[in-house]
Formats: sequence, C-alpha cells, structure tokens
Amino acid sequence: MTFKQMFTSSVGKKLVMAFTGIFLVLFLVVHAGLNACIWAMDGGVTFNKAAHFMGSFIVPRILEIGLFLGIFLHIIQGYMLTLENRSKRKIGYEVNYSKGSKWYSRSMAILGTILLMFFVIHWKHFWVPSRITGVEEMDLGNGFIVHNLYAVMQDTFENVWVVLFYVIACISLGYHLAHGFQSAFKTIGVHNKRYHAMINTIGFGFAIIIPLAFALMPISFYLHWVN
Amino acid sequence: MSQNTMNLKVKVWRQKNANAQGAFVTYDVAGISDEMSFLEMMDILNERLITEGGDPVAFDHDCREGICGMCSMYINGKPHGPWQANTTCQLHMRAFKDGETIVIEPWRANSFPIVKDLTVDRSAFDRIIQAGGYISVNTGNAVDGNSLPIEKQNADDAFAAAMCIGCGACVAACKNSSAMLFLSAKVSHLALLPQGAPERKSRVLNMVAQMDKEGFGSCTNTGACEATCPKEISIANIARLNKEYLGASLSAQ
Amino acid sequence: MLDAKIPSGNLDDKWVDYKGHCKLVNPANKRKMEVIIVGTGLAGASAAASMAELGYKVKAFCFQDSPRRAHSIAAQGGINAAKNYQNDGDSIFRLFYDTIKGGDYRSREANVHRLAEVSANIIDQCVAQGVPFAREYGGLLSNRSFGGTQVQRTFYAAGQTGQQLLIGAYQALERQVALGNVTMHTRHEMLDIVKIDGKAKGIIARNLITGELEKHFGHAVLICSGGYGNVYYLSTNAMGSNVTAAWKAHKQGAYFANPCFTQIHPTCIPVSGDHQSKLTLMSESLRNDGRIWVPKNLGETRKANDIPEVDRDYFLERRYPAFGNLVPRDVASRAAKERCDANYGVGTSKQAVYLDYAAAIERYGKIEVSKQRLSNTSDEQIIAMGKEVVKEKYGNLFNMYAKITGENPYEVPMRIYPAVHYTMGGLWVDYELQTTVPGLYALGEANFSEHGANRLGASALMQGLADGYFVAPYTVGNNLADEIYNAAIPTTHPAFEEAAKKVAERIASLKNINGKQSAESFHKRLGKIIWNECGMSRNEAGLKQAIADVQALKKEFWSDLRIPGEINEYNPELDKANRVADFIELGELMCVDALAREESCGGHFREEYQTPEGEALRDDENFMYVAAWENKGAHEWQLHKEALKYEVIKPSQRNYK
Repeated sequence: MTFKQMFTSSVGKKLVMAFTGIFLVLFLVVHAGLNACIWAMDGGVTFNKAAHFMGSFIVPRILEIGLFLGIFLHIIQGYMLTLENRSKRKIGYEVNYSKGSKWYSRSMAILGTILLMFFVIHWKHFWVPSRITGVEEMDLGNGFIVHNLYAVMQDTFENVWVVLFYVIACISLGYHLAHGFQSAFKTIGVHNKRYHAMINTIGFGFAIIIPLAFALMPISFYLHWVN
Repeated sequence: MSQNTMNLKVKVWRQKNANAQGAFVTYDVAGISDEMSFLEMMDILNERLITEGGDPVAFDHDCREGICGMCSMYINGKPHGPWQANTTCQLHMRAFKDGETIVIEPWRANSFPIVKDLTVDRSAFDRIIQAGGYISVNTGNAVDGNSLPIEKQNADDAFAAAMCIGCGACVAACKNSSAMLFLSAKVSHLALLPQGAPERKSRVLNMVAQMDKEGFGSCTNTGACEATCPKEISIANIARLNKEYLGASLSAQ
Repeated sequence: MLDAKIPSGNLDDKWVDYKGHCKLVNPANKRKMEVIIVGTGLAGASAAASMAELGYKVKAFCFQDSPRRAHSIAAQGGINAAKNYQNDGDSIFRLFYDTIKGGDYRSREANVHRLAEVSANIIDQCVAQGVPFAREYGGLLSNRSFGGTQVQRTFYAAGQTGQQLLIGAYQALERQVALGNVTMHTRHEMLDIVKIDGKAKGIIARNLITGELEKHFGHAVLICSGGYGNVYYLSTNAMGSNVTAAWKAHKQGAYFANPCFTQIHPTCIPVSGDHQSKLTLMSESLRNDGRIWVPKNLGETRKANDIPEVDRDYFLERRYPAFGNLVPRDVASRAAKERCDANYGVGTSKQAVYLDYAAAIERYGKIEVSKQRLSNTSDEQIIAMGKEVVKEKYGNLFNMYAKITGENPYEVPMRIYPAVHYTMGGLWVDYELQTTVPGLYALGEANFSEHGANRLGASALMQGLADGYFVAPYTVGNNLADEIYNAAIPTTHPAFEEAAKKVAERIASLKNINGKQSAESFHKRLGKIIWNECGMSRNEAGLKQAIADVQALKKEFWSDLRIPGEINEYNPELDKANRVADFIELGELMCVDALAREESCGGHFREEYQTPEGEALRDDENFMYVAAWENKGAHEWQLHKEALKYEVIKPSQRNYK
C-alpha cells in the first residue's frame, strides 16, 4: 500500500479532511488568543506587538505556509468530496430523511463556502495590506516600529455591513465546528465511548467559545467597547 | 385489543425494470386494520391489483420478523418507516393515521440499482464481505471453544456489531450513499475478537477498497445511518474502522 | 424394506469407523468434481464452504438476494452441544438419549449418535469463525437450558443465535466465493433435477430476475432447501420458504419420509386477524423463566394482572411437575390447545394462553439486590432491577412482541399460542445423507433424519451444521470417489435439454391458466385445510376429508390461477405460483401419511390413539418405522418402510412428569 493509495481511498480522503481540520482548529486557538490582545485596553500596543511577532519571526512564517496549505487542502478536498458524494445517488428522494442527522452536519459544504467567502474578504482586509500593500506604522519607542494593525481593525469595523458579515461568518464557523470538531476525531479513530463523550463536550464548547470570541472583536470595535 | 380500520393513499415508486423510466403512482387502500403489519397492507394492495388485472408492486421481503434484512422500503422519508430500531416488516399500521398519504420509495443509491419497483440489487454488500469479511479458518481446524477466553465486554461489543442484518438502510439514509456503517460493523465484529486478529490489517484495507470500487460514498459522520439502523448499530463502529484503517495503512509495507 | 446402510459395529464406533474407512478423492481429482448445492441456510452454506475448502468446484443456489438471508437466520434460542462445560453431567450419550426420547423414538440411533458426537466440534468451529456466543465474565462460553432436557447445554448469542451461526457460515462461504471455489447464484430457484443413467447429474434453475432457465451440471446435487412448514400458509417460516426443490427431487424418485411429522411450537404470537401473513415465534428460551398459565375459572373477565394467584392454573407445572414449563414442544403445544379447546383461553380470540414474567422479574430483582449488597430496597426498585436483567436476556424478543401487539410485555403477561415452526419429515436419506436417487443428497431440515417425531429446541441449528460441516464432506466424498472416472457432462446433453423443456412447459401452462385467483389466495385456503385437519391433532375422518379437499383445491388451482406479468422478467407472483403448486401436492401426501400412521407420537397426534390422561399413545409394535413415500404419479404414492432398530436405547412411554 502506498501513501497515495492510503490518502485517496474514501477513508483516506476523510483523514485528510480530519487532519487539516484539526490543524485549523489549533490555528483558531492561536488566532483567537492573539486577537484577544485588543482587549488589553492599551491602544493596541500589546496587540500590535503580538502581531509583529507573528509576522517577523521565522517559525510563525513557516507555520503560515503550512496553514495556507492546510486551508487549501481542506477546501479543495472538501469540495471534491461533496461533489463525489453527491454523484453517488443519481435519483434523489421525494421525501428527504432529515430527522436522523443535524442540519449543520449535512451542510458542511455550504457553511464552508460562507467561510471561504469570509476568508477572501478577511485576507483583503488584513493580510494583503500587512504583507503586500503596506499599512500605517506605529513606533513603540526605541525605534521599534510595527504595523498598526489595530488601527486597521478600528477602521475596518466602522462599517456596519462588514461587522454584520463577520458575525454571520462566525456563526457559520460555530456550526462548522459543531460538526467538524467531533467528526474529525471520529475520523482519526476515537471510538472509546468515554473519550468520545469528552470530545463531544469539548467540541461543543469550542464551537461556541471561539466563534463568540471572534464575533466580539468587530462588535467591540464597532460599539467602541475598546478605546 | 380493539381494531380500528382506516383508509389510506399510498404513493409508490413504480419502475418496470432496471432500465425503464420510473414514476410515482398513487393507490387508494381501504379498510386497513391498525393491527396489520405494513407489509400485510401491501399484500392487500397487491391482491387487489392482481384480481383487477394489474401488475402488483414488487418489493423484497422474506422472514417478516426483522432479522433476514430482505425488506427495504423507504417510507415517508425514512428507511424502514417511522419507528425507531425497526424493519419495514415489523412496522405496523398503528403508526399511521386515517386518511394519510404514505410515500414509498426504493433504496436510492447508484450501488443499489433498482430491479423492479421497490426491489433493489444489494449484491455489492456480498462483494464487500468477499473482500475480507471473514476469518480464514477451514472446517476442522478449530481448537476447543473455551481455549481462548474473550473479555465479556469485547464479546458483547462484537455481538452488537455482528447484529447487522445487511439490509442497506444505512446506505439509503446516508446523504453520501456511504456503506460505512455496514462495513464498520463487520470490521468491528471481527477486530474485537482474538480470532480475527491475524487478518485484521488486510481485512480493513481490502474491504474499504472494495467498498470504494462498488461506488459507495464516503462517510461524513452525520449519524443518519445510526439513527435509522433497525439493529441500532453504533456509529462508534465507524470510528473504530477508521482507527483500524489508519493503523493498517500506516504499518503496511 | 429400505436399507439405510448403517455401518456395523458398536454405536460409539460407527462414525469413527466410517470416517476411517470411507473412500477419498485426491486433491487433483477434487478440482475436477463439481458439486451443486441448493439452498444456503446453515446446512447449505456450511456444506458449500466445507466442500469448497476441500477443493471441490461448488455451485451454490439460493432464491434470496444474498445467501445471508436464508431462514436459518431467524432461529432465536440456541444450539445444543455435548460439551459439559457446566459440569452438570452432560455427555454425548445424554445428548443422544435426550434427542431420541424427545423425538418419541422415531429416529435412527446411528444418525442421532453421530449428531451428538460432532456437536462439540460445531461449537469449536463456530467460535473459530468469530461467532460471538454469549460469554461469562471470566471470558468463557455461557449456556442456558432448553425444553426436554435437564442439563444446560445450549450455546446462544442473545436471541439471535441462528443469525450469528448463519453469518459465520455465510462468511466462510463468501470467502470461498472470493477464492473462486464457489460460484454463487443468488435469486435463482431450482426447478428440476436432471438425471442421467439413474443418477442425479445436475439441475435446472430459473434466474428469478430474468426468468431465464439455466442448466447446471454437477457430479452430485445437495438439497439444503429447508423445511415445508409453509404448507400451512401461516407458520413461523419466512414468506419465501418452500418445498419446491425437495418436491422436485421427490418427483424424480427421491422418497419423502414422515411428511406428517410437523412441529407446532408452543410459544408464538397469536393470530390477530384474517389479514395475517405469517406468525412470529417467541423463543423457547422464554420458557426458561416465564410461567405459562390460564385462568382457573371459566368465563374469567378480569385482566391478567388482576387475577390472583389462587385463580390461575399453571397447567404445565400442574401436569408435568418434573419438567414444568420446560416440557418438549409437542407436549407444551397440546397442553395449551387442550386448555383453549376447553374454553379457558385468553385474549379476544380466546386462542391464547399467558406467558408471564412477573415472577421471573421479581426473582432476578432479588438476585440483583443481593449481588449489589443493597438493603432497604423497595418493591418498585426490586422490580425495576429485575426488568433490567430480563431486558438484557430477552430484550429483543420483548421488543418484537411489543411492536407486533402494541402491548408492553414487561407490564402485562404475553399472550401466546402454538404455531407451525419446523418439519421433522423430509426427503428420506440413508446414513450418508443420500436420497434414494444416487448422487442426490439432502441436508438439514430438508431431510427427515435426526429428530424423529418431534424435535427438541436448539437441535435444528445443530443438525444443519453437523450435516454441512462434518457429515456431508465425508459421505459425499465417499461416493464421489467412484465418479472420478466420469468426466463432466456438457449441458447440451439431451437429458438437460429435455428437463429444461419440461420446466418451461410447466411454467407456460401455469401462466396460461389465466384464471381469476392469485397464488396467495390458494395458498391461504390450502393452509386452512392442512392446519384444521393435519395440525396439532388429527383424526381419520378429518384426514380423509382433507385429502378430498386438497384434491379439489388442486383442480381449482390449475383452472383458475392468475399470474400477472410475463414469464421472462422479474415476477414474484410466478415464483409464488410455482411454489404453491408444489405445496398443494405435498399437502395431500402429508394427510396420506398422517392417515396411514395409526398411532400418536411426537408432533403427530391422532385423536383415536391417546392415553386416558390425553398423552400420545405410541404403537411400537406396528409403527416403529420410517414411512418413506415413493411418488407413483398424480395422487399416487407407494409406502416403503424402514424399520427402526433400537440396539442401545429401550423405547418407553415418554415421561416428563
């Protein structure tokens, strides 16, 4: 058996989804942790320092490449699986079976598509200026100059439609995680009832807390909860 | 027990053979007792169709006690109808109300081509078993049954997985037409027993390969299979299969 | 007199000697030998797998869409084996003795002893295949008790033992399919045996999807197609279970033995109305813990739970104190019928008795209390704990009952009534399981052999697997050793052509009747005749009437049958008509046999022959034989007798008091 065979079987493809998914879950923790610095109430100094660290050191930069690979793999594999799975039933049912599963479990592709749209806009808002087109800078003293991403956020989240879109994306993320988190662990083989129950609980908690934290960021700026 | 009778409409998928175009046809069935089984209601419909010179509705059924796995109707949007942990043949008319229209469809999946009306071809399941769903022990090779004690929990879990009746409801219920619950039940049954250990790795790899070849979709853990399974086979078996697959594919030479 | 070719020597040594001296086929020759197996239940699947493992080229046939669906799958309770794991005094001899006695001394000693000998191997084989039998906490196999015995020798897998055993055999079979040793033909029905020079050399089978007739050659043909209980229309058999394969064999010269020996199982869910299509069995294992009773007073109107102890008649415990609720099936069924006939029956139809779990629930609850070292437990807690234990043991059966009846058996006693379940009669076979047609064998329920006039619970699975795994591979080989000189015959041989033509003609003539009535409606009427006159009790006048009625029904069938659809397509109605036509002919033979057997034994109860207490009265002097019937044309049979010689056991009146 080759690795190609391993990862191109139906179970293997799901393993790709699960591994990249878990990787992205870890990224979300880092991302949310970092962004929480906006609530330091120091005019964005802590936040900008943290962002600078992520942007200028080699380790996070390498991880970033991994992150992009992971995201693209997750997206492409996700779409391919969805199309493939749909093709397995040429004639559909008159009455669909909806009681046996949660709507969001059946709608991972749609939720994922909302998230993809979000990523494009999100990158345009922050990643592209920071990496390519350049942003306003901030001097933290002693010639320590960093990108003032905090100001970019303040700016961006003045627009109510942007805030609304971010909140919708966060809700989508919540539901995507509500299924994805526990499903990923099932796919990598957690079958023990006790651990499975544990992962279910953690997954639900995660699916509420992380998107909530993310959603509060644009809201905080828009409502001027942070100075 | 008092009997109530009711009048119903049944909207059934009619399709002459595998290649013909199919369509729904609605029939009236009158005077149905709530003590009848669902298939007895179908018998009454068929008896009438025959005496009227029509073509009776073809559907698979055999033991009519929920164990052979032959019956296979998708009733009102759920494989085997509205009751939980139930097969079509055990469904009784108590489950329906007077005047109701019951929609009956065949299992829908490319891997289960329609033979006629509600009858489908599930031979793909046999071929998946042929790929490794067994323990290679020729008759006469066995040692004493008690020479190998088996932890009760494992024996019970193996039994719970082995209860699968191979009806295909899991495939019918799955939005991906995946056969993972069926497959995982067999892999779990044999992986949980020491007798199944020698072929454990090749079994899971070969059976998954065969399932893919048969054209079933992949599992996205929605849980619809578990919810509809007449024998309540747990979706935890799918997780166990995944573990078996991961281990086997990583350690394969 | 028929010769069963029983090997000489001591009973204990016969099978060992046979195996030591039977002829063998060398591996190179086995590859050239083709074996046809009809039916893939326990007997068929196990024989197909074992023969293929030996190297024979096997072609297996079943009418279902998969071999895993054969009706063996529905067996609930368990499988017997003389393992003596319980240290309760079991032995090969005791299993042998119980089976002979349970069969009311109408079975062959040598066959039954062989069955008891190989019973232990079956368990070992199944465990090795991964059959998940119930186990104790120490990891060892668990046993339960069953009717007609006083030891615990029944191995089980909850209430699904048949399913687990069949899946084991099915998997072994599919493994051989994968290896290319077995060609599996699903959705095929055998419609005739092809004989060349007096030997069975193949079959004509109909592809049920396309309607095409296929010719298949085999050096030997094994009929493993199960029993004929569906002749009664209402039975616990599957809807598709049929006698067709066995009946075609009979028409081709195989004698049909003891057709009137049918088993009426005491614990089934009662008939609820005219619409009823089949009956559902509640495992005999329920009699382990449940108590059977009817009200003591005629015209009792109270609900079951409101009837106090003093007003209940636990009639099995009263009549048979030694075995109580665990008397053999025929005895329990007749006792229930006797009570219902005397108007003590319960339920709306008054054709039912109670099977009560209240006492067992309380008993188990108390055991749990002491196990868990609880004190000050309320009655409700005890009952709740008892229900949990009962649920674990019999949960699936209780669920089944609830689904069918809409009543909760944990709260109210179940209503049960006897129903047709198994047929002891079948194709006559000799010690080698060969019928009177050379090269044609019958295994499992399809043959008449091991169970005499009444089968004990948990013995059918044992016999099916014994025949398939451990007997046929030797005995068929012994005869195939002489066939190695005969090359495979091409199916263009005139005998095949002619057989196929005859089958096609019969199908066409059935289709061309173009009458008004469905096969199903004829089947229902046949069932009523046979159940009323050749069911739980029979008498001369009734049987004579039944014969006339069946003959009239046959005439009507062949002049007013309606089969919709075409011949060359998937047509379940045509399949059914084919089967019903054979059931009608068999029904007549059953009554002929029942009429000729002027005694009562086991499941065959002739009202004229009973003891003053109403027990079956055997006539060993005149009827200690197997009645094997040879077909001589329409409505004509000739009786051949095989004398039963008891060398080890001394027949006596069965006593379960």
